[in-house]
This record gives sequence, structure tokens and C-alpha cells, in this order.
Amino acid sequence: MESHNVNIRDAVKLYGDFKAVAGITLDIKKGEFFTLLGPSGCGKTTLLRMIAGFNTIDSGTISFGENIINNVPAHKRGIGMVFQNYAIFPHLTVSDNVAYGLKAQKVPGTQIGPRVKKALEMVQIEALANRKPNELSGGQQQRVALARAFVIEPSVLLMDEPLSNLDAKLRVQMRTTIKKLQRRLGITTIYVTHDQEEALSISDRIAVMKDGLIMQVGEPTQIYKKPENAFVAGFIGVSNFLDCTIRGGDPLNASVSVGDYTLDNIVLAGPYTGKGKIAARPEYLTLGEEGIKGRIELSTFLGDFIEYEIALENGQTIQLNEYTKDALSIKPDGMDVLVGMDASAVIIYGEGGEVLT
Amino acid sequence: MMKLPLLKRPRFDFWFFVKAVVILAMLFFLVYPFSTLITRSFFSKKAAGVTLDNYATFFSKKYYLDALKNTLLITFASSFTCLLVGAPMAYLMTRYNIFGKNVIYVCIILALMSPPFIGAYSWILLFGRAGFITRLFAGIGVRTPTIYGPGGIILVFTLHLFPYVYLYVAGALGSIDSSLEEAGENLGSSKLRRLFTVTLPVVMPSLLAGTVMVFMTALADFGTPMLLGEGKTRVLPVLVYDAYMSEIGGNANMASALSVIVVMFSLSVLLLQKFYVARKNYAMTALRPPKVVELHGWKRFLVTLPVALVAFLGLLPQLTVVVSSFIQTDFTGFIGGFTLDNYQKILSRLATNITNTYYFSAVAIVFIVIFGMLISYILVRKRGKVASIMDLLVMFPYVIPGSVLGVCLIVAFNRKPIILTGTAAIMIISYVVRKLPYTVRSGSAFLYQMDASVEEASISLGVSPMKTFFKVVARLMLPGILSGAILSWITCINELSSSIMLYSGRTSTIAVAIYQEVMRMSDGTAAALASILTLTTVASLMIFLRFSKGKVSVI
Repeated sequence: MESHNVNIRDAVKLYGDFKAVAGITLDIKKGEFFTLLGPSGCGKTTLLRMIAGFNTIDSGTISFGENIINNVPAHKRGIGMVFQNYAIFPHLTVSDNVAYGLKAQKVPGTQIGPRVKKALEMVQIEALANRKPNELSGGQQQRVALARAFVIEPSVLLMDEPLSNLDAKLRVQMRTTIKKLQRRLGITTIYVTHDQEEALSISDRIAVMKDGLIMQVGEPTQIYKKPENAFVAGFIGVSNFLDCTIRGGDPLNASVSVGDYTLDNIVLAGPYTGKGKIAARPEYLTLGEEGIKGRIELSTFLGDFIEYEIALENGQTIQLNEYTKDALSIKPDGMDVLVGMDASAVIIYGEGGEVLT
Repeated sequence: MMKLPLLKRPRFDFWFFVKAVVILAMLFFLVYPFSTLITRSFFSKKAAGVTLDNYATFFSKKYYLDALKNTLLITFASSFTCLLVGAPMAYLMTRYNIFGKNVIYVCIILALMSPPFIGAYSWILLFGRAGFITRLFAGIGVRTPTIYGPGGIILVFTLHLFPYVYLYVAGALGSIDSSLEEAGENLGSSKLRRLFTVTLPVVMPSLLAGTVMVFMTALADFGTPMLLGEGKTRVLPVLVYDAYMSEIGGNANMASALSVIVVMFSLSVLLLQKFYVARKNYAMTALRPPKVVELHGWKRFLVTLPVALVAFLGLLPQLTVVVSSFIQTDFTGFIGGFTLDNYQKILSRLATNITNTYYFSAVAIVFIVIFGMLISYILVRKRGKVASIMDLLVMFPYVIPGSVLGVCLIVAFNRKPIILTGTAAIMIISYVVRKLPYTVRSGSAFLYQMDASVEEASISLGVSPMKTFFKVVARLMLPGILSGAILSWITCINELSSSIMLYSGRTSTIAVAIYQEVMRMSDGTAAALASILTLTTVASLMIFLRFSKGKVSVI
């Protein structure tokens, strides 16, 4: 089946009065690897299950290509789905699991064997073809689930936290497998995860969700570097949020101060004067000649970088990372330091959490 | 883009159809008969129109009040004795290295699965007026205590039903994390104190659940009090039978009123227990199951002795009937000497009963398996108003004794347009209705453990929900359901209390024949028939234990 673009218009899912999905509009391109990212309870899995057909759509529409699929039952949507707990059929062998969907599609028997074999090769488990699921490790089971989902050439491939039951090392390995496979097959893929690192590494684009709404849609680098609001900045990676005063009568030459320390030459989107927050990631903060006064509470050596927990004079605690190759030595706990920041690498938010830069 | 309106029309899919069929069947075979029963209980031949006459009679005549007293005495006393036997057995079996633990376990299960009226019958064979042991002791001038009357009935119930308490309590004891008892130990409690302050309160709900099962079964049983009561010690199910059978045409109205009283009785006990357990639930999963104390030498022997003795007494009836079925008899009873006459007689005279028993039970099992799977799926996966109603209805037969169900079906289906009385169908219906709750319960327990995503995976691969049910869900449920079905099969072949109400000449079963043979003092044939049932039960149970590998509970 040819892969489709997926268009979601004002989709709503209600549980009683609670809006699990509170009116979402998204356009997912054909062949794209698209991730729904957010904390638990944000509605990402609910939305995925609406696309799959396991949840009804209370209002709005979802379409695959030109066709609105609201009233198409799940088994006729032509999707492939990979589940968090693998959901392998325990009574069937690996190859029978993979052949299951092909038989349902009434693919001629002579073609089933070769297609199953090829699918198993693509996920590198051809040697396990005749095993029963209870003889497989979690990672192997998830490979079976993956092969079973894409072998039917679905128009859309859905994945619901497929890696969260695997251990850390296996997770990174499977991530690469999935990404390469998706590139090779070009199937439109919608992927749900709460793990931001996973989302950043695997996706073409990401939708960050909270409370049933989309917070931001963008490519991983956009989401990371230019979070559109404080929630996204806080959710993606680690961000330090510092209370600051903004003087931006002239948006092209604004200044922002945290205590005695002032950053000049900041460009705002529009004029703004008043209280706000400045967000800076740990690796964009520096220890140097000038900056906000603070004291190192705890330094942790993590190999390629050193992580400092610093108590600032205004009472806030921040995290600062220094690359080992740039550091002369590890600074001891209790040392007084000055924390500086680069005006081009910070994001300024107004009092309501709206982005100003 | 245009917004679609909210579409909430019912979907006429496979499950809609199944729900409709199940609900209709329940209305027809359960709700309708039971409401007919209630209606009939308010009518009397003596008074015109709706009347409380039957109930007034019940609470004013000594005949009925005596039966009520007997019923209360026997059920409460049996529950108590089962508690006294079952709970310590469970403690010893789970905490000590008893000799031959597996054999003893099988004996306990067998005691529960064998029909109680065979127990009653073989105790008569041993201690009855012409019993082997009675005569043996009479020979040396010693009078043995009588087996007839309340004492004998309580004895038979105790040896038949203590396994309920045993199984519930053993289950609970096995699931107590050993750290809990160790905590009690660290806090300085003595062993005995710990048993009463830590262990006992935790197993209390299970203890109670087991005792309630004893109570309900003892309350519902018909065969034992009928055989051992000899018409003098009457209990309510016997009255139900008498009221319906005694005169020509019987008094269906009085039988109905009695039935309603019995059901109210067992219903209130069940609700009381549910209320208590709902408030106190210490369910836990043991991370470290309690340690088994390794005893040696005479200590180990001493602990084994009482356990083995109880297990042996539980099994004694089965041994007695099998042995006595090979002994020659005449009209005075057993006269000694090995013979196969008894088997020849039943094969020539009662072959229909034997085929009926297996045939009805097998057909009932097919329905039980199919409906059991479909209903438990609806209860677990299709929750909603319909499912809650279904849940309530399917569990209702729990509180309906067999003789009461018999009366229900008779009063509902003995008139035009639907006359089922005397047919094989009505026997099979009664088996299905009564045994279905057990299958539904084990099916639901299985489905709660099975992740729904396996079904969703199948659907996402293009297989419709209906086909998914048969290709995946039913396939995965089958082993568990089949083991449950073996248990239902055992209880079906041994079913007496509803069969005795519903049978006709052509549809009589082994259990009914045993009852009749005992009543006409034909001990040899009764023993041979009972042996056939007992051996079938043992064989089926062995298959069950093989098949279920300890994963399916017998309760």
C-alpha cells in the first residue's frame, strides 16, 4: 500500500468532561518520521489510538491522504502498529507472527514465505524464524513486532513507546534500527514517546504536547534551540530558568538583568519591559570573569563533561556543564564562582511564559 | 474543513449480536423462571388472588420451622467444623514438610469433587443399620453411634466440604510475604501470638470466603440430608422436593415459597461476606513466599498424621463404594463374596442412565465453554451497562440451590406455549445455568491478565474484531477454559439436586438412579453406579491436574 500523509483537524477526545485531546490540528507529511512527545497524561497515546482506530474521535477529523477515516474501523485503516509491550501472539512462532497480517490480506501463499523472510532479515532475526515468543528476549520480541507491522506495507506506521520496556543500551540500538528501517521503507511513521532524547534523535519532526494540546511543532533542532514557550524549554533537555528584569523599550537593543549582572544587545520580537525569565541550557553557561555570583554546591565528573550544581546569590540553584576538554581542572565544592551567559544562546520569556526573543 | 457531527449510534457488530443473544438467553432461562417462581410463591390453592398464605404457613407450622431449625443447625455447624478442620490443615500443609504432600493434596481435591450423596451413602454402608462396621461391632456387643440424623449429616458435610476452607486458606497463606511474619517476630511476638495477631487477620477474608462456600453448598445440598435424614431430619431443600413431589401434581406454590426463602437466605450470607471482604482486603503478592519448616523424624511423622488421617477419611467413601460394588448382595444387603453381578445388572437395566449422564454433561459443557468464553470477554473487555447487568445475572445461580433451580425451570416451562419438562433440554439447561458462573469466573481472571494490545495488534493487521476473538483470544483462553470445563464436567455428571426435580423416565441419570437404588435398598447396584461416577471423577480430575499444571484453581 502506498504511504499517506496524515491530516488531523481539531481532533477532540472526551472522557466525561475531561478533554484528553483538546482540539489538535497537525499535518504529517508522506514518508515523514513524526513524533508525539510529552509527559504522561498529555494525550499523546490517546491521539495515536484515535489515528489507529482504537479510540473514537469525538469531534474533528483525521484523514489519510484524501480520505477521512473517522468512521473506518481499525482493521480497515491499513495501519501497522507497534506496542509498548510488544503484543506478540504467544501461540505463534516468529514467522507465523509476521505472516499473520499477510494471511489476513489474502496474500498468495507463495509470496508470504519470501516476504516474511525478507522482513525478518531487515530486523536481523532471520535465525529466530521458528522460535516461539517465550524463547525470545524483549529486544528480539520487539523486532518481531516491528517486522510484523511493516511487512504488511501499511500506509501509516504507528508506534506507541516501543522502546520503553527495553534496557538503556538496547534502546539506543533499536532506535537506530527503527530509524534506518523507516528511511529505507519511506513509511509515514507516527511515534509516541515521553523520552525527549529518543524523540530528538529519531524524528524528522516533533510535536510537543501538554494537557491535550500541541505546545510546539518543529524539527528537533528547532525544538531544542528555539523552544516557543517555557514548557517546551523545560521539557526538552535541561534548562535553567532565572528570574530577571527586562528593559526592552527598544526591542532591537534590550537589556536583561539578573541581580547585578546585565546582558546587553538583546533583540526582542517586540517591546517589553518588566519581570520575566531567562532560560539557558547548562552547556551555554560559562564560569568566568564576570557573571552572576554563586557558589559550587556539588561537582560531578561525568567523563566528557563536568556537571556543576551552583547556588546563586538570589537563592536559585542552576546546573552548568563544562566540557572536560575545555576545563583546566575540576573546581572544588564550595568555591565561589561567577556564572556568565552568552546573549545569543539564551531565551527570554515574559511573565506568562510567552517567548520574547 | 467541515466538522462531522457526533455519531453515537449503536454499532450492529458481532459483539452487539453476542450481547443480545446472551441477554435474551439469560432473561429466558434465568430471569423469567425465577420471577415466575416468585410470582407463584404469592399464590395459593387455599386463597384467591395474591396472598402471603404460603409464607404465613411456613412461619407458623412446626413442620416448616423444624426444617428451618435443622437447616440452620446443620449449615452453621458444618461451616464451623469445616473451619476447624480446613484451616489447621492448610497451615500444616503450607508450613511443614508433610510426608506425601502431593498425594494428600490430590485426596483433598477428590474429597471435594466427589458427590456428597455418595459420601452419605458409603457412610451408611459402613455405619448404617446394616453397615459393615455396625455389624462388626455388634458381633462383639458394642453399639456404634448412629450415622442417621444431624450428626451424620454434619460429619459427611465436614469431610466433603472442608477442602473449600483448606484451598482458600492455603492460597492466602502461600501469598503472605515472609517478611510480614518476620516483622512480627522482630517486634518480639511469640510464635503463637504471631499466628493470632499477624497471620490470622491477614488470611481472615480467605477464611471467611472458604467458610461461606461451605455454608452455601451445605445449604443447597439435597442428597445428603435426604439419605441420612430418613424423612425425620428435614432441611429446606428436602422440603422443596417434598412439597413439589409429595402429592399428585405437588404443591408448586408452596415449593416456590420455600425456594424463595432458601435463596434469600443464601443471598444474604453471600452479600454479608462480600460486604466484609470489600472492607477488609489485605491481598498481596508474596515477593518471598513463606518458608517451609523442615521437620525430621518423629516430629515430621506427628505433623503428617492428622493431615493424612483427614485426607483418608475424606477419601474413605470413594474406597468403600468401589470395594462394595464387587460384593454379592441379596435383599438383606451385602452377603459377601466377589461378584460382577452388580455391574451386569446396571448395564442391562440402567444403561440409559449412564449414557444420559455423559451425553447431557457433554452437551452442557460445549455450551458452557462457548458461552463462558463470550461472556467473560464481554465482562472484561466490553465494560458498560450491559456488561454490569450480565455480570449480576451470570453470578446469580451461585445462590440458587439445584433443587430451587429445578422448581424455577418447572414452574416456568411446564405450560404452553413452552413445555420443556421431561425433556433432555431442560436437564441440559439446568446444568449450563448452574455451572456457567465457574467458567465465567476463570475466563475473566485469565482475560484480566492478558494484555488487550495482543488483540489490538491483530486488529491493526487487518483482522476484524470478530475474527480476532476466535483466532487470538479464544485460542489463548482455551487451555484455561478447558481445565475449568473439566471441573464443570465433574460437577455435571455428579449433579443430583436439580436432576431429581427435572428428570423423567427417559432422561434419568446415574445420580438419580443411585438415589433411587438406595431408597429401594438395592445396595449392590447403587454401589456399582456410584463406582462408575467415582472412577469417572477420578479420571477427569487426573486429566485436569495434568492439564492445568496448577494454574487453574479448583474453586
